[in-house]
Amino acid sequence: MNVCSRFRLGKGEVYNMKRIIAKEEYCMGCGLCEVYCTVQHSQSKDVIKAYNREIPRPLSRVKLEVHKPVSFAIQCRHCEDAPCVTACLSGAMQKDEETGLVTHNADKCIGCWTCIMVCPYGAIKKDTSGKVVSKCDLCSELEVPACVASCPNGALLCKEVKP
Amino acid sequence: MPKYVIVGASAAGIGAVEAIREVDPVGSLTVISEEACPQYSRPMISDLVSGKAEFDKMMCREDQFWEKKGVQALTGRTAVRLNLTQKWVALDKGDHVNFDKLLIATGGMPFVPKIEGAEKEGVFSFTTLSDAEVLAEKIESAGNAVVVGGGLIGVSVTEALVKRGLRVTMVELKGNILSLILDPTASEMVENVISNAGVNIVSGQTVQRILGKPEADNVVGGVVLTNGDLVPCDLVIIAIGVIPRVELISGTDVKTNRGIIVDKFMRTNVSDVYASGDVAEAYDFVLGENRLLPLWPLAQLEGKVAGYNMAGKKAEYPGGTAMSALKYFDIPIISIGIVNPREDDAYEILVKHQPERDLYKKIVLKDDVIVGLTLVNDIERAGVIFHLMKNCVKVKKFKQELLSEDFSLATLSRSLRRKLYPGEY
Repeated sequence: MNVCSRFRLGKGEVYNMKRIIAKEEYCMGCGLCEVYCTVQHSQSKDVIKAYNREIPRPLSRVKLEVHKPVSFAIQCRHCEDAPCVTACLSGAMQKDEETGLVTHNADKCIGCWTCIMVCPYGAIKKDTSGKVVSKCDLCSELEVPACVASCPNGALLCKEVKP
Repeated sequence: MPKYVIVGASAAGIGAVEAIREVDPVGSLTVISEEACPQYSRPMISDLVSGKAEFDKMMCREDQFWEKKGVQALTGRTAVRLNLTQKWVALDKGDHVNFDKLLIATGGMPFVPKIEGAEKEGVFSFTTLSDAEVLAEKIESAGNAVVVGGGLIGVSVTEALVKRGLRVTMVELKGNILSLILDPTASEMVENVISNAGVNIVSGQTVQRILGKPEADNVVGGVVLTNGDLVPCDLVIIAIGVIPRVELISGTDVKTNRGIIVDKFMRTNVSDVYASGDVAEAYDFVLGENRLLPLWPLAQLEGKVAGYNMAGKKAEYPGGTAMSALKYFDIPIISIGIVNPREDDAYEILVKHQPERDLYKKIVLKDDVIVGLTLVNDIERAGVIFHLMKNCVKVKKFKQELLSEDFSLATLSRSLRRKLYPGEY
């Protein structure tokens, strides 16, 4: 799995990890992050097909939060000490020891909503099915997450962090 | 190198194992569990009965969990006695396990009141995997069931039975079901949904007597309620609640109230002895006191805190509170803290109720700090509000926005966000 350009830091087996950060002073509230996230998590990976033909329409895992004049996009922070992982009833939410990502296994999820209750960022949603939850996976198959790549004003940055 | 022993391998035991191994990858670690395969999710047993989840899906950790964590897992074994001076645990076959650090995570057991006829075939409790398996086997041949208790366990088992085609009568002693975690308005919304699914809810009553069948008196045939009504049934599920399993520490110096009393490090009053999960009375940050809170997420967190401290990494339990997320009968609900405040000037209540949209939100404030939250159907901002609650944030300036659909992190002032969410986000 190509996890968001992880790489070794030299001798020790230490990986750098990526995290998305929001720069609210640059956010214009355009919502393109949500559009590109939706497309990235669609079957077709095509904006027109994703919005017009896929039923139900795939869900954006990033949420543009607006409270005028403030706006910024927020998605799973992949917390170091993630409350959703500790609270998960089914073991669907796990912390990947190697990448530091908080991963969600929809096959194991029972939609008990406990993670929604404890996420301090409000970054976990019910999936369109209403049976499981959905959240940011940091676009693990992409070099740069779709929301970051699509932000026209640099309001979302992908930053290397130490594990 | 310390030798760790954990009695009990459900949420708290699992949390402790993971924490200990984070700090100490090599120390000797023994886990004792009565169950053959303990790493399953107890809250999911209703999904097993309903058919929603297969056995494999209920495993909340991988099959090789104990091996991978370097744990000597004594499964299917019972700890019968403790000697806290010589530091050993006696097991059911007369053998002993020595420890340097001990965690008691024995959990709870179903509370079964004395009911005449409770020994009959067809009476079940509903806490463990084996309860669920035995019950699941009986369902095919049953038509009617009575669930005694309209709490979380009662509602979960009722849903499972309804999904399997049984006609269920739910008997609740209080005026409303889920009365510990919902106010009457929210409870009524759930009752409507459950009734529409065909369940007969009888409140203000309990089961006085369990009757046998005319052809076989030792097999359940019906129940008599306190008002004298007779409800014919083939199964009775007692789902009144759980009580701490403290039998292991009886006769020791470990202090108990209803459960084992622990400090913020999950230590009991006896050195090197810790307790976590449903057996322990840990700190409730809303009520400001220690109490029993038999909830899976808290048990796991308490176990984790105990594990860190046992392994020498100082960790403090931030406190929990009554907190439940409900998915049953497709009406999502989140309930945290005080939901039924006593009628008192000290509390301020914010409510948004839109019956036409099946929407209900309620926040209870005390001195402008959130002490209670109920959300029915629109639940997705619960975590942000819970975060304000845990941090005792004065919400005076934006309290009218808390129940708005647009409430989010962006509603909070920049300085408050910086304080509550340190670092970049």
